[in-house]
Amino acid sequence: MTTTSISENRFKRFMRHVNIPPVYYFLVVIFLGGGILDQIFSDGQIFTNQAILLNIIVRSVALGIVAVGQTLVIVGASIDLSVAYTISITAVMSSYIMQGKTENVPLAILVVFGIGILIGLINGLIITKLRINSFIATLGTSLIIKGIINATFSNYTGSVPKSFQFFGYSTLGPIPVAIIVLILVVFAGWFLLNRTKFGAHLYGVGGNVEVGRLSGLRTDRVVIGAHILCSMSAVLTGLFLVSRLQSGAPWVGPDGLYDLESIATSVVGGTALAGGKGGVWGTLAGVLIFGVLDTVFNQLGMNPYLKTVLRGAIIVLAVASYTYRSKKEAA
Amino acid sequence: MTEEQKQKDEKTANRIEPLLEVQSISKRFPGVVALDNVSLKFMPGEIHAVVGENGAGKSTLMKILAGAYIPDTGSILLKGEKVTFSHPQQAQHKGITIIYQEFNLLPDRTVAYNIFLGREPSKFGIIDIRKMNKDAEDLLREIGVEKMISPTAMVSSLSVAEQQLVEIAKAISFNAKVLIMDEPTAALTYTEVKLLLDLVVKLKENGMAVIFISHRLVEVFDFAEKITVLKDGQLVGTVNVTEVKPEDVVHMMVGRSLDHYFPPLGKPEDFGEVVLKVTNASNKFLKDISFELRKGEVLGIAGLQGSGRTEMAQAVFGVEPFTTGSVELRGKAMIIKNPATAIKNRIGFVTEDRKSEGILPKQPIRDNMLLTVRAIQFVFGPIFKNGIRKTKNLVPNLGKQVDVRTDSYDREVQYLSGGNQQKVVLAKWLASDADIFIFDEPTRGIDVEAKASIHDMIRDLTKKGIAVLMISSELPEIIGMSDRVLVMWDGHIEGELPAKSSEPEIMLMATGGKHIKEPQSVSAAGKE
Repeated sequence: MTTTSISENRFKRFMRHVNIPPVYYFLVVIFLGGGILDQIFSDGQIFTNQAILLNIIVRSVALGIVAVGQTLVIVGASIDLSVAYTISITAVMSSYIMQGKTENVPLAILVVFGIGILIGLINGLIITKLRINSFIATLGTSLIIKGIINATFSNYTGSVPKSFQFFGYSTLGPIPVAIIVLILVVFAGWFLLNRTKFGAHLYGVGGNVEVGRLSGLRTDRVVIGAHILCSMSAVLTGLFLVSRLQSGAPWVGPDGLYDLESIATSVVGGTALAGGKGGVWGTLAGVLIFGVLDTVFNQLGMNPYLKTVLRGAIIVLAVASYTYRSKKEAA
Repeated sequence: MTEEQKQKDEKTANRIEPLLEVQSISKRFPGVVALDNVSLKFMPGEIHAVVGENGAGKSTLMKILAGAYIPDTGSILLKGEKVTFSHPQQAQHKGITIIYQEFNLLPDRTVAYNIFLGREPSKFGIIDIRKMNKDAEDLLREIGVEKMISPTAMVSSLSVAEQQLVEIAKAISFNAKVLIMDEPTAALTYTEVKLLLDLVVKLKENGMAVIFISHRLVEVFDFAEKITVLKDGQLVGTVNVTEVKPEDVVHMMVGRSLDHYFPPLGKPEDFGEVVLKVTNASNKFLKDISFELRKGEVLGIAGLQGSGRTEMAQAVFGVEPFTTGSVELRGKAMIIKNPATAIKNRIGFVTEDRKSEGILPKQPIRDNMLLTVRAIQFVFGPIFKNGIRKTKNLVPNLGKQVDVRTDSYDREVQYLSGGNQQKVVLAKWLASDADIFIFDEPTRGIDVEAKASIHDMIRDLTKKGIAVLMISSELPEIIGMSDRVLVMWDGHIEGELPAKSSEPEIMLMATGGKHIKEPQSVSAAGKE
């Protein structure tokens, strides 16, 4: 008896500690709703075929990784619009350096992460030292990267060796490597935000810069750090995409809408655009919601334009539900 | 204390050595001398109030002590040792902590994270959350509020008073020896003020020096042992509370005494017909409100914070309308369902929170003044620089009427002083031809001189036949201005009092004293 009550207490405490973001209920509703629609109007594979479930997550990996980075930046009351072209430059540069040879892989990874860190550093410096609004600053760097890529590459460039496709396609037991990477990235993001000084300071800077400064935080460094991590997450997404596509093309980033969708998923997941509030678990739910929607729409054979309309509507609905709730709390 | 004793004490320097001392501090800002050769001493175990009009230099002095400003000349001595601060953090580490009026807390973080922001107990950058929460709990216990505030509570879930306690806990965590508070009681209820007072006394007994700025003399006299008065950046003097009366302090602040403070009340022949009649009206905050407002009178609404004062004003103005009962406006039944209806029916509302509800800080004076008249115009109508189609010269006329002190009506309102901003708000409603004015805390956070001119202005309005409903938490203002007083308690009107009622009479009603049998009603309410 006592053991059960203790474990119950522990469970309750754990639940309170973990503090499941409400967006997960939304995810469950969308999944069940989508599955039921699938049962009625299509072959009902969402509930029966495990492969589809896994596929939902694998499709979410690319967006998921970069969205974690984006969440860090948004928690710090900044934003990064340059992730899409950071993904592109990673994809083309890595496959250009690899040229299908395994021995070039380490160099390629080193170079693209170097580029990522540099982009993040530049973003962070422009925002903190030149005091330029993050939206404009990263839009600017985004255009600069775009120009550089377009001047250098115009189509698929180079290729990745078979060995590198491990990242995109192979599995560890029944679980795809990509999913493990996504989970690791989300966990790292959670650890960073909730267990480290960096995270606490990022919430501080994002919540109120002045409070942060008066508490002795080196606010600029915190913001720059977040931007570097965000660009690195974009690089990781770029590497994942190129390992699946087998060759890098300059349009992979912007075509995937990774800039706006990483922001949208963070916000759907409950991270406040104004900063100082939110976290990566919510973002993961946001990403999975997008994945489930895509799968459901595909299963139903829906018109692609209608798909976009529905996606937009769901983003607005999700965020509206937050404002509604917080208004109710306030009253 | 005799002269002899004093000299003896001076020899045993340890005992009376000031904890903090400023010597001939001066600070100029472009165009103004904010502080001019001010010298002051703060003793350990002393509660010291700093008062003065806006612009007297109080805030500048506090910011210099807290390391937020660097003085141009002069020096700061901490325990007799000269110190210089170039960043608030340095002052904090030396034990000088400031709590600003606008709190420096993160609403979406827990109490513990807020207290230890930037100093989280950690190893290799990883926070020891358990230790942090425990340390926070110890701090809260130290100030005796561990039962009220949990270290894991979100700051946004706390009341203003509780947030202030968190700030104090944070200050103590720096081993603060000097605690500076800027208007600590401005947003607190009576009960909360008492709680704060108890805490401050406790801190004082532990040898801390507590310095606080206030606009409210009542509290200064409740709280402080010494009062320092600043005026125009200069030290007027430091006095012991026991040796002076509030009138004396006001005199030091403005160079005139308290009696000249308010314009004369209205005479019976000034009051006209009833323009606003509310009968048995209620909404979710208010119960069974009935009252009449006549032309030419100031009807004061007294009550403690949370008694429904502001809610009543908002109901009349249609922000949170009455859901039952009836409202008669100038003899006609009327439902005021939103502010636009109220404005069209010539009701003006000078809100409590000027910064967020009364002005557009980044817009020029002229556009602020024309806000209401433009709001009721045709949406695509032409805009005139100084007025509307009917009266093209509105802005300069209004400016003269309310006496805004500015060199140009193009100046952004954020650069005006609090008093001048309030005048712009007033002008905005005069422009709309309002003849029923609601004032919610018309002089909060405004210096004494501007206060007097706003009081004069309110009285001038009534002379033109305008009816004024004035909400105030400052009893002297209620008593000095009102031709009748309604006292609110717990969402309803507890009673009506005639002009020149005394503070105890109003307080008794406002604390619900009539509902408690013991005569010691005020302190009984305070213990809730």
